[in-house]
Amino acid sequence: MYKIAKENLTALFQKIAAEQELYLPVRNEGQVNFAAWSEDATVDIDTLKTVKSPKDAFFPQSETLYTCVRDGKKINIEPEALKEQDFVVFGMRACDVRGVEVLDKVFLVDPLDTFYAARRDHGTIVALACHEPEETCFCKVFGIDAAEPAADVAAWLIGEDLYWKALTEKGEALTKAVADLLTEDAGADETVEKEKEAIHNIIEQLPYTHLSLEGWNGDVTMEKFDSPLWDELYKPCLGCGTCTFVCPTCQCYDIKDYDTGKNGVQRYRCWDSCMYSDFTMMAGGNNRKTQKERFRQRFMHKLVYYPANNDGMYSCVGCGRCVEKCPESLNIVKVIKAFAKQGGEK
Amino acid sequence: MQELINRAKELLADGTVARVLGWKAGDLPYNPEPAYFEKEEDFADFVYNGFCGANLSKYMIEASKLEGKTLVCLKPCDTYSFQELMKEHRVDRDKAYIIGVGCKGKLDIEKIRAMGIKGIKSISGAEIEDEAETLTIDTIYGEKSCAYKDAMLERCHVCKGKDHMIFDEIIGESKDTKDADRFAEVEKIEAMSPEDKFAFFQKELSKCIRCNACRNVCPACSCRKCVFDSNKFDSSQKANVDSFEEKMFHIIRAFHVAGRCTDCGECSRVCPQGIRLHLFNRKFIKDINELYGEYQAGADLEPRTPLTNYDVEDAEPGIVAERG
Repeated sequence: MYKIAKENLTALFQKIAAEQELYLPVRNEGQVNFAAWSEDATVDIDTLKTVKSPKDAFFPQSETLYTCVRDGKKINIEPEALKEQDFVVFGMRACDVRGVEVLDKVFLVDPLDTFYAARRDHGTIVALACHEPEETCFCKVFGIDAAEPAADVAAWLIGEDLYWKALTEKGEALTKAVADLLTEDAGADETVEKEKEAIHNIIEQLPYTHLSLEGWNGDVTMEKFDSPLWDELYKPCLGCGTCTFVCPTCQCYDIKDYDTGKNGVQRYRCWDSCMYSDFTMMAGGNNRKTQKERFRQRFMHKLVYYPANNDGMYSCVGCGRCVEKCPESLNIVKVIKAFAKQGGEK
Repeated sequence: MQELINRAKELLADGTVARVLGWKAGDLPYNPEPAYFEKEEDFADFVYNGFCGANLSKYMIEASKLEGKTLVCLKPCDTYSFQELMKEHRVDRDKAYIIGVGCKGKLDIEKIRAMGIKGIKSISGAEIEDEAETLTIDTIYGEKSCAYKDAMLERCHVCKGKDHMIFDEIIGESKDTKDADRFAEVEKIEAMSPEDKFAFFQKELSKCIRCNACRNVCPACSCRKCVFDSNKFDSSQKANVDSFEEKMFHIIRAFHVAGRCTDCGECSRVCPQGIRLHLFNRKFIKDINELYGEYQAGADLEPRTPLTNYDVEDAEPGIVAERG
């Protein structure tokens, strides 16, 4: 285990950024989101949750796939290059790391998503333990330990120091690259153990920590799908895409063409949202015509369909971003509780 | 709140209304959600407190299509939106029983979070009956407090007043919470150089994630199908690859609601990225005031409004008019 004084973090960032791209939480106009590091960026690693999850680092909100330009009778197709440069994502949280694991099960299976795979190959994740978890957090429900993120490097911000522990080969390589800034600390293990205990204590006190997922698994599709509860639950939903766009695991995208003028077309993909009216629009029309169906889809996907296809793994990680950001205060926790309440009344 | 619940139950019981549109208590101290109440026992969850900022007037578009009357709880500023929706024939007055609910300014949980208050267990002082000027917030990390005023939504600092513009009856006292100049920020931006202005909006709008929450919550955005939801349109709905195209969304929207926007502030309340979207709308409101005389959308039911009326004395702003 290594450590580095907080005041030396800028030197650490400079060192990493000299060799590779570095993404980390940056404050811009009052909001903290992952962004590329630069000398004048206002780095903010104390804010627990970025507005958007860091999934952009591997699956950007919008990216060009290829460009076509007409040249007389010919059409030139320029494919977009895959990521070739190594990069580091610093400051992800344990829930966000699990989020990437969820995305892997979608994009790294056949047919392989080459854009995503290239980014995963070149990216190294340094994740921070959650010093002060908040009331909207419920990662423990999904078996995630906020005190010990399972990334390439796990880090803890304790007092005036950042403690650093490589967990994978990629993590070891990064550690070696910045070794001259890190110092070994014999007492580190003890300090970190204490911090972990303190974090676990706080997590036990969080209101959502003991949320029960009983009744949610891959085998309950029809029972949950046909529940009359959806008729009520969806009603305040505005059909905006906030929950899906701040979510670390929502992975739906659309592929569209952008007319660049001069006989050119840019084919790009961008995040899509199951909450949107033209989501899954196809030649025959839209198969989810009402907001109730769209609303139901999101929760069924997280808690039933995804587990059905991935050995029971849920595709919610309990980061609580949707809890914080839904304009009308709807969220997955309320849905789970509504079903639990109904079960109890029977 | 009890008076409101009692009255709602009464109107439901005597058949005046078929349902009640209000707010249901959330599972955290600050997250009530809009909800319908149809049976006496539903009211166990009914809540009306400082966190009920959501403007329920737009929900009345759907409620107007339902059988029977809907009792809707509207705060003073929500009634402006309701009248504007009436003018546009999007809601049916005969399908609404409006209880004007008292308001002393609504709270913004994001402002409380921005003060570094987290791990919230309970909040006192947010009840509507309280005269408390301070919020006491019990958190996992100790007890915190802040002035009610400091936790208010931006829109409440430029409150349009404590009067309901339309109602069947009023329950509860309201307070005018205005303590700032509505156009001060707009004036600051107007005074900027074109380059600075561009940079300012660029910075704000680059935060946009195209979630469409601002549009979907906006009572003035009530088109059955938005142009941005057309798949035949290059800038449809989702994030684009070209950032300029992307930003056009907010400017087009501001133009579209000009003259109809009541400045209810819902766009800024719901933006997950804290974009001060109301600034666009206020620029239009300020211009309308200056060019056509003071005008407040939703203050009356007069069908002719500055931008939908014409007379020969009309102002003709713009470079074309100046050039002749």
